[in-house]
Amino acid sequence: MNKLLEMKDIYIEGYSDEKWFPIVKGIDLELRRGEVLGLIGESGAGKSTLGLASMAYTRQGCRISSGSIMFDGQQLFDAPADTLRNIRGTRIAYVAQSAAASFNPAHRLIKQYAETPVQHGVMSYNDAKNHAIDIYRRLLLPDPENIGYRYPHQVSGGQLQRAMVAMAMACRPDIIIFDEPTTALDVTTQIEVLSAIKKIVDQFNTAAIYITHDLAVVAQISDRIMVLRHGNLVEENETREMLENPERKYTRQLLSVRTLKQNKDLSATEKDVLLEVKNVTASYDGHVNVLEDIDLTLRRGRTVALVGESGSGKSTLARVITGLLPLKTGQVCYEGQALPIALKSRTRDQLQRLQMIYQMPDTALNPKQKVSKIIGRPLQFYLGLNGKACKKRVLELLDKIELPAGYYDRYPTELSGGEKQRICIARALAANPDLIICDEVTSALDQLVAEDILKLLQDLQNELRVSYLFITHDLATVKAIADEIVVMLRGRIVEQGVKKQILTPPHHEYTNLLLSSVPEMDPDWLDNVLANRSVQTALDVSNQDMAA
Amino acid sequence: MAVFKLLRQSSFSARLGLAIVLINIVAAVFAPVFAPYGETEITGEVWLTSSAEHWMGTDQLGRDIFTRLLYGARNTIAIAFVTTMLSFIVGTTMGFFAATLGGWTDLGLSRLVDMLMAFPTLIFALIVLSVVGTSVMALIVTIALLDATRVYRLSRAVAMDIEVMEFVEAARLRGERIWWLIRHEILPNALPPLVAEFGLRFCFVFLFIAALSFLGLGIQPPAADWGGMVRENAGAITFGIFSPLWPAAAIAFLTVGVNLIVDWFLHLASGLKD
Repeated sequence: MNKLLEMKDIYIEGYSDEKWFPIVKGIDLELRRGEVLGLIGESGAGKSTLGLASMAYTRQGCRISSGSIMFDGQQLFDAPADTLRNIRGTRIAYVAQSAAASFNPAHRLIKQYAETPVQHGVMSYNDAKNHAIDIYRRLLLPDPENIGYRYPHQVSGGQLQRAMVAMAMACRPDIIIFDEPTTALDVTTQIEVLSAIKKIVDQFNTAAIYITHDLAVVAQISDRIMVLRHGNLVEENETREMLENPERKYTRQLLSVRTLKQNKDLSATEKDVLLEVKNVTASYDGHVNVLEDIDLTLRRGRTVALVGESGSGKSTLARVITGLLPLKTGQVCYEGQALPIALKSRTRDQLQRLQMIYQMPDTALNPKQKVSKIIGRPLQFYLGLNGKACKKRVLELLDKIELPAGYYDRYPTELSGGEKQRICIARALAANPDLIICDEVTSALDQLVAEDILKLLQDLQNELRVSYLFITHDLATVKAIADEIVVMLRGRIVEQGVKKQILTPPHHEYTNLLLSSVPEMDPDWLDNVLANRSVQTALDVSNQDMAA
Repeated sequence: MAVFKLLRQSSFSARLGLAIVLINIVAAVFAPVFAPYGETEITGEVWLTSSAEHWMGTDQLGRDIFTRLLYGARNTIAIAFVTTMLSFIVGTTMGFFAATLGGWTDLGLSRLVDMLMAFPTLIFALIVLSVVGTSVMALIVTIALLDATRVYRLSRAVAMDIEVMEFVEAARLRGERIWWLIRHEILPNALPPLVAEFGLRFCFVFLFIAALSFLGLGIQPPAADWGGMVRENAGAITFGIFSPLWPAAAIAFLTVGVNLIVDWFLHLASGLKD
C-alpha cells in the first residue's frame, strides 16, 4: 500500500481583526490508496480546513502558512495554480455538507455532473452523460436514466446528496473529501446516503477523507480515525481500536455522549394536565392539511418529546399551540380552558406561561441587543421589573444558566453557539413559564455542548417544575430526556406513550424504522442494519407473493 | 469611543469623503465669517476672471462668486438635509408598518406608492410647484414626498427580511406591540442599509434642487444656490468665461464626498473584510 497523500506539519492560519491566527497547528496526515480516513471534532476544530488543505485549497481569508502536501509524488503546497486546477475535481474531489446550497438551482443535475469532466477534457458531454447514468445506478438513485434530467429542487434531500457524491465521482478521483455529507439529513435518509457512499468508495477503491462531528457515523465508514480539537491532533488510530480503547480523555468524552439519562418516577410527578391538544387540524393554504387529528396531553413537570422526520409537522404543531398558525378545527386547552386560536387574542398572562426556544440561537437573538436587554425585556414586560430589580433578576438568571455575570453587557455576536442557546433559555425562563416549547434546541450545537444544554434543561425542570414540549428528530436526545414520546409521520401521530413503552418492542413499524436508523458506536452497525433490512424486504416480498 | 475606533479603521477614501463633507458644512455654517462680500452685493464688473479681490471672479450681475458659493452652500445643503430627513421619516415609518402589519395595510400603502412613482419625478414636481408656488417649504415637502416613495420601497424590503427572523417572532410571541417591534427589533437591524441610502438620497435631492433651480422653480433669486448659479451664468461659457464652472464643481465635489462616505457605510454594513 503506497501513500497516496502525505501531509506533514501543516499550519493553517485565518485572518481576522487585522491579524493572522492559527486554525490548524502542525498536523500530519497520511492516506493510502483506497483507505477511508475519518476526521472528527467539534466546530472550530479545524477538520474542514484540514480536509480542504489536502488539495492545497483554503477558504477565503485563510492560508496554509507552512507544511508539505505530497499527493502521489507531487508537492502541492507551493504548486502553481495551473497544476492545482488540473488536480482539483479530477483527482481530488469534494462533497459539501449542504447539497441544496451547492447545486446551481437553474441547471439540470446531469449538466452539472458533466461540467467537471468536460471542463477538464476528460470526456465528451455524451460520454459524461452515460457515465452519470451508470453512477446514478450504482448509488441506487431511483430511475437512474432520467433522474439526471431533473432540477435540484425536484429531488429529495437524500437524493440530492447522492447526486453530489456522483458528481464527485465523475472523473474517478483518487481521493474524495466528504465534508459532513449527512449532517443535514434525517436519520432514515442518512442511512441511504451513508450506505451509498460506502458502496461506491469500495467499488472504485477510492480513498476518502470523511469529515464529521458524529463519531457513530464515522465509525461505519472509515478505516482509521483522527480526532481533532482546537487545531491539534488529539488521537489517531484504527477505527475498531479507537472505539474499544480510546486513549485520551476527550475521545472518551466523545464516545460517551448520549449517556445522559434520567428516569423520573412518573407516578410521583403531579398528574395535573397543563396543556391539551384536542382533535387539531391545521393547514397553511386552507386546502392541504399539514396536521390531521392531533391529540396530545402535556402534564406539569414532564417532558414530552415530539419525534419525526423533517416535514412531519412537528414545528407546525408548535406554531399552532403558540397561536402563530391559527388551527382549522379542534382546540388547544390550557389548564382546562380553551386558548384563543389567534395569537392576538391571547392575554398577556396566557402568553407569559407558554414560552419558546428555537433551533438556531443565531437568528433567535437580536444581534443589536445586549444580553441585559434580551433577558431584561420579558422581566419588564410581564413582571414590571425595572432598574435595579430587573438587573438583579437578570444576574440571577445568568447564574441559573451557568454563565458569568460579566455577560450582562455582551452582544450575542460575542457568544459561542452554546452560550447563545443558554441566553435563549434564560429569556424563556425570565417569564416564569409553565411550559417551554423547545424546537430542535440542540440540533445546531456540537454534541458535547448539546449534552450540557440538555443537562441544564433537566436541572431547571427539577428545580422549577416546568414542562417541556421537546421537538426533535434526534432519537438519542429523546432517549436522554423524554418522559413521554409522541411519534409523528406526515402530519399524524402514529404512536404515543411513556418512554419505556415506546422504546421497548414491539414497536410501531415507523418507530422501528426510526429507532433502527440511529447510528451506533459499532463499526458493523451499518452492515447489520442493511442486511436485516434486505432480509426484511425479501420476507415482505415473499409474504406478498404467497398472499397473492 | 466606537466612533473613533471606526475612524481609525476607515479607509483613505472614507476619510477623504468625511473631509469633503466637513469642509462643506464649515463653509455653510460660517459663510458670513468667510465671505469677503455680502450675498447679493454687487461688487464690480460683470464676469470678471479670478483676481486677488475676486478669487473666483464675478457673476452675470457683478457679484462675487466665492461669496455666493459660500452662501449657496447654506441653502443647498440645509434644504437637501431637511428634505432627506423628512423623506426618511415618512418613508421608513410607512415601510416598516407595511412590512410588520402586512395584509391590507401593506397592499394599500404599496399601491399608493406605485401610483406616485408612476409619474416621472421632475414632471410631478414641476406640476406641484407651479400650482402651489415656489416657496422653500413647498420645495421641501414636494421633493420629500417624492423621495419618500423610494425610501418606502427600500425600508419595506429590508424590514421584510428582518421580519421573518426568529427574534422578531419571539417578540411577537411575547405579545409586544407594533411600535416596540419596529423601534427595537427592526430599526436597529435595518439601519446600515438605510444610512447608506440616506447618503445617496441626499445627493439626489440637491441634484434635483439644482435641476429645479435650473428650470427656475427651485430656490428663488436673489438667494444664492448652486444649481441656480450654474443656470444664471450658463451663458458665460460661450464666451470662454468659466464662472458657471465654480458652482458646478462645488456640486460635483460634495456629491463625490457624500458618495465616498456612502461606500464606506455599504462596506461596513455588508460586513466584508478586505
